Amino acid sequence: MAALVIAEHDNQSLKAATLNAVAAALQCSPEVDVLIAGNESDAAVAAAAQIAGVRKVIQIDDSALADQLAEPLTAQILSLAIGYSHILAPATAGGKNVLPRVAAKLDVAQLSDITKVVSPDTFERPIYAGNAIATVQSSDPVKIITVRTTGFDPVAATGGSAVIEKAAVAQSAGKSSFVGRELTKSDRPELTAAKIIVSGGRGLGSGEKYQELVVPLADKLGAALGASRAAVDAGYVPNDYQVGQTGKIVAPQLYVAVGISGAIQHLAGMKDSKVIVAINKDPEAPIFGVADYGLVADLFTAVPELTNALS
Amino acid sequence: MKILVAVKRVVDYNVKVRVKSDNSGVDIANVKMSMNPFDEIAVEEAVRLKEAGVATEVVVVTAGVTQCQETLRTAMAIGADRAILVETDAELQPLAVAKILKALSEKEQAQIIILGKQAIDDDSNQTGQMLASLLDVPQATFASKVVIADGKATVTREVDGGLETIALTLPAVITTDLRLNEPRYVTLPNIMKAKKKAIDIVKPEELGVDIAPRLKTLKVEEPPKRSAGVMVADVAALVEKLKNEAKVI
Repeated sequence: MAALVIAEHDNQSLKAATLNAVAAALQCSPEVDVLIAGNESDAAVAAAAQIAGVRKVIQIDDSALADQLAEPLTAQILSLAIGYSHILAPATAGGKNVLPRVAAKLDVAQLSDITKVVSPDTFERPIYAGNAIATVQSSDPVKIITVRTTGFDPVAATGGSAVIEKAAVAQSAGKSSFVGRELTKSDRPELTAAKIIVSGGRGLGSGEKYQELVVPLADKLGAALGASRAAVDAGYVPNDYQVGQTGKIVAPQLYVAVGISGAIQHLAGMKDSKVIVAINKDPEAPIFGVADYGLVADLFTAVPELTNALS
Repeated sequence: MKILVAVKRVVDYNVKVRVKSDNSGVDIANVKMSMNPFDEIAVEEAVRLKEAGVATEVVVVTAGVTQCQETLRTAMAIGADRAILVETDAELQPLAVAKILKALSEKEQAQIIILGKQAIDDDSNQTGQMLASLLDVPQATFASKVVIADGKATVTREVDGGLETIALTLPAVITTDLRLNEPRYVTLPNIMKAKKKAIDIVKPEELGVDIAPRLKTLKVEEPPKRSAGVMVADVAALVEKLKNEAKVI
């Protein structure tokens, strides 16, 4: 049977995580449809129709869907659920919010954050902050899945020619409403999609030092900015910079950890990076246990030196 | 108004777990157990709402083995008024827990139910959403700020790229993110007082809930090991390695 991917979008454009979810869906079923539930979402729908490997794009357009609230979005997914063996979404804040709600209504379990499709009913997923990998099998008639985006290479965003189909809006009781949004403005690559990430930790000592040391290095490398929980809690940077079990899970080509000790919680978010560089003055710091290249040095001199050396 | 808080007893977050050699699971025998960190934040928030005069009673609940009573005692030392343990030795998956919590929420007529956003053992991040769904009430996940007024909850949520604020009619389910608050340390007098508070013990069968696991764990393995790295002497050596060996810059 077919698989349905719940697209992550802002009505105008598709979020890159959707492409990783489609990749996982194609390993579950050769027939993959994408749902764009939104408001005035023609641009996002057109982009979805281009995705390689997608059979059909289902568009549901309604003002109640503008802000992706869990309750109306769940109603749309449920209205389409019959006929699908798999319903997938990327394991982003959006996907994590809505899919368990769908699963409970269908009285099935959810498979969270899968990193591998073993077979259409068996999946691998990390548990205990990535310290163990569980292989789990679902006997439910429909598999509800969130996809860890770093576990799957994205499918091509172009080259597809999916048909577009409009579906009717399923009504839901308006028990929640959208009030406002406050997004962190940034011209940098998105953290979860960046090829290079420079991340700072408590070792920096202040937000000013983060700006003074980490930002120029990231600029030189064209990198996204990340942080440990300690740096976020200390107020050096906004919380959506946080890499870790409870923040973002990343797997860039190069991850540079500056002044980060490497707590279990942080490692869970970045240990699948291709190359890890750690700069820390404590030679015993656990981060050196996962680093490909470690430099024991005072970051206040080593980081500017590194930034200069890249000029 | 009554607030129900769900807590879970998990392996302490500082413990690095080991996979059993027969790949049947992780070894949690003789490992330090604690309250799931997100649940501590949930209890703290509920107690603060009571201290602010918004809530009249905070009931803390959990499901699992007999030893979960310790977790409930901790919650009552933070300030919860009483506790319910749904006692079972069976494996509990999020859907089963959500069904148990649904039965308890209805019985207690709770207006607000607060859970952690995820448990640090199974890392599922499902139970709160499933509970809201089963109760057919609105949800606010990943909460970093909660304001209750005029029969409504206004909740600021941590989403990818920043924050978003939504308003919910009560009853509602809220799941906590890390930055919602800083849980207080429990003091010795409060630990002593918590010993006098009541824990009701019920069985899943008494709630009429089907807790059969839906997912079968076939095996649990160690994650692939990273090959040992090298230490470099200085910045110049690091740049050289990154350019010529790793070829990532």
